[in-house]
Amino acid sequence: MTDSSSSTPESWRDWLLTAEPHSRHQARLGRAYVTWRRFSENRLAVTGLVIILALVLIAIFADLLAPHSATVGNLAGARLLPPGSSGFLLGSDDQGRDILSRLIVGSRITLAVVALVAIIAAPVGLLIGTVAGFAGGYVDAVLMRITDIFLAFPKLILALAFVAALGPGIENAVIAIALTSWPPYARLARAETLGVRNSDYIAAVRLMGASPTRIVVRHIMPMCLSSLIVRVTLDMAGIILTAAGLGFLGLGAQPPMPEWGTMIASGRRFILDQWWVATMPGLAILVVSLGFNLLGDGLRDALDPREAGR
Amino acid sequence: MTAIEASKLARRRRIRGLALTFGRFAIMLATTFLGLLAVTFFIGRVVPIDPVLAIVGDRAPAAVVERVREQMGFNLPLWQQFFIYLRQALTGDFGVSVLTTNPVFDDILRVFPATLELATVGTLIGAGLGVPLGVIAAVRRGSFADQIVRIVGLIGYSVPIFWLGLLSLLLFYARLKWVAYPGRLDVAYEYTFTPITGLYLFDAAWTRQWDILWDAFRHIILPGSLLGYFSLAYISRMTRSFMLNELGQEYIVAARAKGLSERRIVWFHALRNAAVPLVTVIALSYAGLLEGSVLTETVFSWPGIGLYITNSLQNADMNAVLGGTIVIGTVFIAINMFSDLLYRLLDPRTRMR
Amino acid sequence: MVGGVSPFLKQPKHECLEMKAPLRAKAFREFSAGVALAVLMTLGAPTYAATPADTLVEGFAIDDLITLDPAEAFEFSAAEFIANSYNKLVNLDLQDTSKIVGELADSWTVSDDSLTYTFKLKPGLQFASGNPITAADVAYSFERVVKLDKSPGFLITQFGITGDNVAEKAKALDPLTFQLTVDKAYAPSFVLNVLTSMTASVVDKELVLQHVKPVTPSDEFKYDNDFGNEWLKSAYAGSGPFKLIVWKANEALVLERNDNATIHQAALKRIIYRHMKESAGQRLALENGDIDIARNLEPGDVDAIAAKEGYTVTSAPKGTLYLLGLNQKNQYLAKPQVRQAIKYLIDYDAIASTLIKGIGQVHQTFLPSGQLGALEDKPFSLNVDKAKALLAEAGLPDGFAVTLDVRNTQPVSGIAESLQQTFAQAGIKLELIVGDGKQVLTKCRARQHDMCFSNWGSDYFDPNSNAETFTVNTDNSDASKNKTLAWRNSWDPGELNGVTHAALQEKDTAKRTAMYQDLERKVLDTGPYAFIYQQIEVAGYSSKVKNFRLGPSFDTNYVFPISKD
Repeated sequence: MTDSSSSTPESWRDWLLTAEPHSRHQARLGRAYVTWRRFSENRLAVTGLVIILALVLIAIFADLLAPHSATVGNLAGARLLPPGSSGFLLGSDDQGRDILSRLIVGSRITLAVVALVAIIAAPVGLLIGTVAGFAGGYVDAVLMRITDIFLAFPKLILALAFVAALGPGIENAVIAIALTSWPPYARLARAETLGVRNSDYIAAVRLMGASPTRIVVRHIMPMCLSSLIVRVTLDMAGIILTAAGLGFLGLGAQPPMPEWGTMIASGRRFILDQWWVATMPGLAILVVSLGFNLLGDGLRDALDPREAGR
Repeated sequence: MTAIEASKLARRRRIRGLALTFGRFAIMLATTFLGLLAVTFFIGRVVPIDPVLAIVGDRAPAAVVERVREQMGFNLPLWQQFFIYLRQALTGDFGVSVLTTNPVFDDILRVFPATLELATVGTLIGAGLGVPLGVIAAVRRGSFADQIVRIVGLIGYSVPIFWLGLLSLLLFYARLKWVAYPGRLDVAYEYTFTPITGLYLFDAAWTRQWDILWDAFRHIILPGSLLGYFSLAYISRMTRSFMLNELGQEYIVAARAKGLSERRIVWFHALRNAAVPLVTVIALSYAGLLEGSVLTETVFSWPGIGLYITNSLQNADMNAVLGGTIVIGTVFIAINMFSDLLYRLLDPRTRMR
Repeated sequence: MVGGVSPFLKQPKHECLEMKAPLRAKAFREFSAGVALAVLMTLGAPTYAATPADTLVEGFAIDDLITLDPAEAFEFSAAEFIANSYNKLVNLDLQDTSKIVGELADSWTVSDDSLTYTFKLKPGLQFASGNPITAADVAYSFERVVKLDKSPGFLITQFGITGDNVAEKAKALDPLTFQLTVDKAYAPSFVLNVLTSMTASVVDKELVLQHVKPVTPSDEFKYDNDFGNEWLKSAYAGSGPFKLIVWKANEALVLERNDNATIHQAALKRIIYRHMKESAGQRLALENGDIDIARNLEPGDVDAIAAKEGYTVTSAPKGTLYLLGLNQKNQYLAKPQVRQAIKYLIDYDAIASTLIKGIGQVHQTFLPSGQLGALEDKPFSLNVDKAKALLAEAGLPDGFAVTLDVRNTQPVSGIAESLQQTFAQAGIKLELIVGDGKQVLTKCRARQHDMCFSNWGSDYFDPNSNAETFTVNTDNSDASKNKTLAWRNSWDPGELNGVTHAALQEKDTAKRTAMYQDLERKVLDTGPYAFIYQQIEVAGYSSKVKNFRLGPSFDTNYVFPISKD
């Protein structure tokens, strides 16, 4: 009805939502748009997205946003000041450093941990799961046995033991958490693979002579992506909490790195009189985890309407 | 084939199916356990802390350190140490804790009930509150009550447990003085009370020592509630999900058509069907609390296996660390697999042929 | 969840049951509301836990305990336990710790050549088990220490006593006379000081012999039994004012009054050392009456307790020194100007007024205050310009990068963070490697560090203990048998070795003091140590506790004089 060459918003919408897309590109964009509409109707999910975007922005512009240095403090002069003291919006810690600045710079560490674990664990899980699901038989049994072994382990304890063995430090904490995080993704990918393995289009591609690698990589893996992304996002809160837990036990990031869990551990001694030193980082963790959870929930509702509202 | 033969065949098939299920379960359990042992051993030997130090102490002269290292077999090749380790672990011999000088197995028997008690209280609170909340949220889906339940659950997923523990200690112990801390009993009772099972609440009630029961309750209520809150977050969410699933089924429509009250439909029919996966969820939550006890016990100085492992780690008492990890790991694995098995057994749709 | 008819759906037995449901639900609601109300009411009534009047509860970090056997124990917590539960031949005078008085020994004589010490025991003394204390028990105690040769064994074996000659060198002449023969003419004050350490505690020979474990002799251990070492690890065979009830590692150490004790008698019936690692936890428990004494308070909590009504704080300097060890294997730290520059880059004043306030005092020499020969000079203070000049002189005007191994406990890790900031002002980039106690110890003992935040407590109350470790390094190779702190930092003290050995044998106290002070000055100028502070042990306690005093070392922290109102 409208002129297809005009670029008013109405025609964009129609173009995206049309029932007969002319190209794969249009179909993809259309699906994305529909998903986005579903997502944005959920206020909580949008809140989560806003929180995460804020986190990313803060992390990027940390140096500009932080009013003081996050590592250099005024030991003699500005130690353990309460929130609201001049220049120290959230108070200062036991080395005289501004807590707000430390939180801001620490957001980089939080983001880095989450991103690294996701980048390491998700592809590994995806690979193992799809290979196991597609190959079946002996390979499947062995891979799933290994997956189940790791899945059945108590994660925090294993991460604890790993980090204790490798030595405390944020890198080792990341490795330890990643090592214990991949099994659910493998399981998920395998379940998805089993679902689509016998479908017609896979059979068709196989008939056309595609190698197993190609089938797995180009046709099966993309099917797993959406549920994987949702799962990863939902897990991110747990990753942040585990990293903070390791920091709290003294096994994660080491002082003076402004990692939020480590800050809680250092502030624990002052909880009675200077409660803000331990409370502020905890609030930060709470808000960010909440953001990831809301975002993950919203993504899941948007991407898979059958599960919506669950 | 006669009817008798047919039924005999059917029974043999059923027994075979059951045997297969159990058989595969046993093999899974065994291999997983072996994997756990391998991983813990590997971890134990990669530690950069000299384990001998834990035996001889910080101030020992070097000659003593070297002598003890030789005696303890730390200079043997790694694979040899692993086989010795394997053999010992399978017989329940986790070695001797260098800190307490007791066999690690005895130590764990001593501290495990504390964690067990804590996890049980936590799960009771979590399930006792979580299931009804989940049901209410499912029934009144989209309403304010539903939102509240979801938010409470979400916060439970997002808040660091040790931080919440610290703040709750500050509030309920330091400021309000409602609860007791640290440990499981006050000093006045601690060395005069002889536990039977190690579960202080049960033991005190069993021997009718009501003042000790009250004291134990005051000590466990805060960490137990904390764990309960986390359990609640998970259980209420899963209950809500299962209930929504059930309430969307056809038989609910049929029941309504028959004129059954809403309350009966929800609590008697839908919940009963959701009960099977729900039991699985509660079992998993219990296992999760056993594991999550590590952080809680550190904050509350609760003398359970979590604190035992953490202390041992910091003192390079690797026997104790590995023993503790194996025990928790085994219980964890066992609960996971048993709930899996239970699910298969209870729900006839998933039985193997 | 596959769709379909649920197999669990049941028909209601009787429609009438439906009508009862609302009533039942109402009753249930009311019942649960009542229960909730009752619970809240009882929870709301605060009950204060007070410790019993005849029991003293101390909150104390006792996780360093590994054994209670006096022949093996060397840790601070063990020192305190053994001091309160065992007796020795001689001990430091409770009122004046520079004097030595007899404890089990009534009197003693030293031969003219200073090689033979003869002790006469007090008659009629008993162990907690009821067995009489005789010279044979003393001899057996020495025999155990020498033959087991555990960590503190060197204290006795340094006198030339070995497993082969101990029967001759440490023997009972008659039931009340004990004789000790040493190999050189040491200053008697030195020998007697060593005999006041916990390793020289006297154990109940009869009781221990009932619990020895047979052992196959090997190349390393030539004897056929373990001298009760395994049993005594968590058991007790002494004569002191308190006896052991139970030791639960990392949980508690429980002592009870020994009614057979004659030398010192306990006022209270029971002492419980409850393991609590954190200052905040100890403070809370102290304020709530769950413990009577808190032993590991940090500065902020010390101030809070001191200001609180009904509570007091006491403190005593301890002989433990905290310092940075600069490994001379590191090319930068080997330069003398760099070593001195580092000593000028520590903000002693800020640290003293904040991080170690009340729990430490700035100290810059290797003998702690209170010991013979201690030097109180404090030539160093934060002086960034001077440090920069020194670095320029060393050819490093832009600084350099270096690591510091430090324990993850307070206050040392806080001090390390402060160091990071002050070092940076002169261009030195300090990277912290934080580990737990044993990790750091392992690394530093193996000379694998650049800088190590170490601490050192004297093994006995004589300047030789510290001098030996800081200024003696006879073999700087990796295979050295004598791994002093000087060795650990790869430092060759050169002629200082000889001076220390000479000072050990110097009988004139004034001369000896001067020799040690000279050594300290030299170490200030050239030593690879940056001493930061000396520990002050501080304790907060309820005013109900009386006669509580901290001594100059952990084995003079006596609990038997303590009583409660």
